[in-house]
Amino acid sequence: MASPSQSGNGSGTNWTPDQPMVSIKDVHKSFGDLEVLKGVSLDVMKGECICIIGPSGSGKSTLIRCVNALNDIQQGSILVEGLEVNDPNLDKLELRKKVGMVFQQYNLFPHKTAIENIMMAPITVLKQDKDEVAEHANSLIKKVRLEGKENSYPGELSGGQQQRVAIARSLAMSPDVMLFDEVTAALDPETVKEVLNTIQELAEEGMTCILVTHEMGFAREVANHIYFTDFGLIVEHGAPATFFDDAKDPRTKEFLSQIL
Amino acid sequence: MVALDHKGMSDNRTAGTSDEKVFEVLLPVARQQRSQAMIERLEGTFRLNLHPHHAIWMFLLFILAVGTAHAQAPKELISPIDALIKWSPFILWGPEGGLTGFSLNIIISFFAMLFGTIAGVALGLMQISLLLPVRTGSWIVTQFFRNSPWLVLLFTIMLLFPFEIDLGFVVIPIPDWMKAVIGFSLPVMANLSEVVRGAVRSLPSGQWESAESLAFNRRETLWMIILPQCFKRMIPPWINWYCILTMSTPLCSIMGVEESVTYTAQALNAEGDRPELLPVFYVFLLLIHFIYTYPIARWSIQLEKKFAIKL
Amino acid sequence: MELFGDYFKQLYDTSGWNFVIFYDQVEWQRFVEAIWTTIKLIIACLIFSLIVGFVGAWAQGAQSKIVRNVIAGYIQFFRNTPPFVQILFFYFVLGNLTPSYDAGGYQEAYIGSFGWAVISLGFFAGAFNTEIFRSGIEAVPESTVEAASALGYTRLQSYIHVVFPLAFRVCLPALNNNLVNLLKTTTLAYGIAVPEMMYTANQIWSDNVNVPEMMIVLFFFYVGLVAILVYGMSRWERSMKIPGYG
Repeated sequence: MASPSQSGNGSGTNWTPDQPMVSIKDVHKSFGDLEVLKGVSLDVMKGECICIIGPSGSGKSTLIRCVNALNDIQQGSILVEGLEVNDPNLDKLELRKKVGMVFQQYNLFPHKTAIENIMMAPITVLKQDKDEVAEHANSLIKKVRLEGKENSYPGELSGGQQQRVAIARSLAMSPDVMLFDEVTAALDPETVKEVLNTIQELAEEGMTCILVTHEMGFAREVANHIYFTDFGLIVEHGAPATFFDDAKDPRTKEFLSQIL
Repeated sequence: MVALDHKGMSDNRTAGTSDEKVFEVLLPVARQQRSQAMIERLEGTFRLNLHPHHAIWMFLLFILAVGTAHAQAPKELISPIDALIKWSPFILWGPEGGLTGFSLNIIISFFAMLFGTIAGVALGLMQISLLLPVRTGSWIVTQFFRNSPWLVLLFTIMLLFPFEIDLGFVVIPIPDWMKAVIGFSLPVMANLSEVVRGAVRSLPSGQWESAESLAFNRRETLWMIILPQCFKRMIPPWINWYCILTMSTPLCSIMGVEESVTYTAQALNAEGDRPELLPVFYVFLLLIHFIYTYPIARWSIQLEKKFAIKL
Repeated sequence: MELFGDYFKQLYDTSGWNFVIFYDQVEWQRFVEAIWTTIKLIIACLIFSLIVGFVGAWAQGAQSKIVRNVIAGYIQFFRNTPPFVQILFFYFVLGNLTPSYDAGGYQEAYIGSFGWAVISLGFFAGAFNTEIFRSGIEAVPESTVEAASALGYTRLQSYIHVVFPLAFRVCLPALNNNLVNLLKTTTLAYGIAVPEMMYTANQIWSDNVNVPEMMIVLFFFYVGLVAILVYGMSRWERSMKIPGYG
């Protein structure tokens, strides 16, 4: 069990890099009578990029929201660098310093400029020095290729640009794991590419990523491992090559035949 | 999501600009609320939002007032409830059913609404005139009367209007309540003028253009095409203004018009201004106004919902 | 000032228009005091109504059904009864029940007519503010709050930095409408003898028999105040507008 009172990025846990960075074990989650997750288990090693795919309503978004404690779980365990997410006394700030999340609908703060969106959380939540944060934020703006858009408000940016600001905003917290919840689903087709490129670069730099996506081509190219969920269970998983070309389960086959 | 359940979503009347897509993602309800505020700014009034159970709270307050008054009242004097029963016909209808008291509030509100509507529609149509001087002049008049406090307007008319008009062959007396009617009809006129202008402007310009292409002249377009379409959307704010007007009629008690507040004060005076009678009588006064306004306000909401779907 | 006063004195002598407040020192004092009282009254009502609105909106989000119903009842009561009767009710009924102290021979209430005007009008406008703030908070999507909490914001931090600034911008136009209405409604304090502009003007014309002149002054005063408020508010609205959102 982790010691939640420690501060700093994961320094106080007994987690070591040879253990899974995110370890999900037998997770059950219901909304009222509706059981969305019926015992899901998966491990993500440091530097790995995994994709979760599956039909809508199969529980993939719920799963990664649980990793970030946006949804609580009824049963099972989720360990993030040794930190138990299902612990009622969980220090949520400690968790959220480790885990960054990007949403389908960007969810930028519309009353703040792009750069302010990026700088807000480190200043108010982490109480970091303003100048250092500004410097970091500027390098992140460059990283997501939005130079010149620093002082634009979200309402003045395209969907793809907003989504890249959202990615930069998460990165500003220097997380160890990034969660991407169908980040391209709300975008125009022409802007999907720019967001995917940004994510790919992140993955290649060694960021641990968990993606929920419908972009099969992207998943195949970027992911180390693919998980297919249906009706709240992981039906099949494997490395991209074997998964896409040599699926065993009939449900996976059917899904892939519809989507590819 | 809580935000999407908001009641206003269904009666958004000015939706549909180009940035809809971006906006919906971030602040779905915000723009609707902004446009609602703009409509309210134009019409000068809030939508009254009522539910039947709210009436229950009014009655509970009344019972509470009566209860505390009873507890306080000395035994040898007439009890607050008996005093109220004794005086309520006087407050409602005046002595011997003389159509004063609360009934005068209603009479004043009817006439003020009648005159205010006629003048307001005329002023509103002048505001959309093609002649610049007419447009500017009516705009100034509208803004002036909209932005003056009702009490100031009422004082002006009560004090400066003659108490009789001599037409040479006949002298028409003007009683105070009739002056109050004029005083109240002025702000109603100005606000309804804005309602008319807003309703006409809210119609898509395609209506004007298609009428023009069918060779209607401006007058025909206005009367046969534009105004019939505006009519429906002017009804809810019109009713709303009637409610506000009715709730303002007690103001003329300041000038001694014999309406409900004046008579309540007189009744209390006749009972020797006993402090324990005050809550009962004033809550009764609030209650009769509430009972009268409440169904009308509800009706206006229903109409608005009905029209919002059809439009 | 001399010249100004002389002009109006001359105007009176030549045309009979008696703007007594502009050349008579005593009446001028009275007039200036009325201006201050009116402005103090407006600001006090405004602040009180905003506080009532905040508390009301917060209480409307309460778990308890009873609390929510009480707030709903309060809103409907103040919206659907005559504000003038409300003022009388507060002053005569509640003013009668609140304690008073001995001020050298006579009983002086702790809350005077000014205080009751503020309380009554504050509750009246607060009923509208409650609704406005509530709808503003509802306008902030749950997902934006979620994004804040995913960034490690506590509930309070996300309220201070995200929900409130956004909700405030959303409800500003409606709030401004209400505040303009409140400004005009403060004249009702006349009914309980608060020495504000309406009341003082009445005294001045009673003493000097110059009703039309004082009426003109009244109109200029109130229409001017409304104009200043509307201008200030619309500038503020524009500066607070969220860029890119219509």
